[in-house]
Amino acid sequence: MSALRLRKADYDAIRAHGEETYPHECCGALLGRWVPDGRWIEASIRAGNTRTDSAHIRYQISPGELVKIERESRRQGLSIAGFYHSHPDHPAQWSQTDLAEAHWLGCSYVITAVARGKAAVTNSFQLAGDTEENKRFEPETIEVRDSVI
Amino acid sequence: MTIYIPTPLRAYAAGRDAVDVNAGTIAGALDELTQAYPDLRKHLFTSEGKVRAFVNIYLNDEDVRYLPAKEATEVSPADTLSIIPSIAGGAGNALAHKFGAESPGRSESSL
Repeated sequence: MSALRLRKADYDAIRAHGEETYPHECCGALLGRWVPDGRWIEASIRAGNTRTDSAHIRYQISPGELVKIERESRRQGLSIAGFYHSHPDHPAQWSQTDLAEAHWLGCSYVITAVARGKAAVTNSFQLAGDTEENKRFEPETIEVRDSVI
Repeated sequence: MTIYIPTPLRAYAAGRDAVDVNAGTIAGALDELTQAYPDLRKHLFTSEGKVRAFVNIYLNDEDVRYLPAKEATEVSPADTLSIIPSIAGGAGNALAHKFGAESPGRSESSL
């Protein structure tokens, strides 16, 4: 099982983001480095949810914002290693929608359940597989540290 | 011009995060890229040769879909092309997974 290592500040920030946007889904990107058994995250970046029509059950990051996030990751000498979003009043489990619309193979997808406005369970799944046809989510361990190094 | 490769596709571009090409148009740049790294082709294009729906191509800060000449747009050496797979999802209509309902696939592997 792969592992996602996060600084406590980033872990708390993505959970707080889910509470702030409740009852809508929040979303953002995770910048870091790839290591043999997972990813070490060194920064989390908030993004806007463009799905204003159904933001309580859907999220989307505009590609224009993603371009800017990737530019920022290069500036910091990092790579986009994952994304996060929240599931308001739904479990921290990937949905069929999450899988159908996941295309960053190898990256981490972190999901926080937000129950009645309070962040509950946070899980992470790696998008495994090497094609659109065989992609799948596999659970991964979240390691929360004071420092990721 | 420089083409930036997103993390999922770097494995198909010899691990590179950026590739320099000399083409005069966006289409030419993508062709040069996939000539150099043929394994990228199936990840970027459908079997009919169209850019996959979930793959966004940006010329600097402009979505190529909305440029008047689209992929025939001329480019200069100072331009950059970003390949950005879309990112979306959400709890969707998974009402069976609503809190309080049984959730067979649920993972509690962390915290």
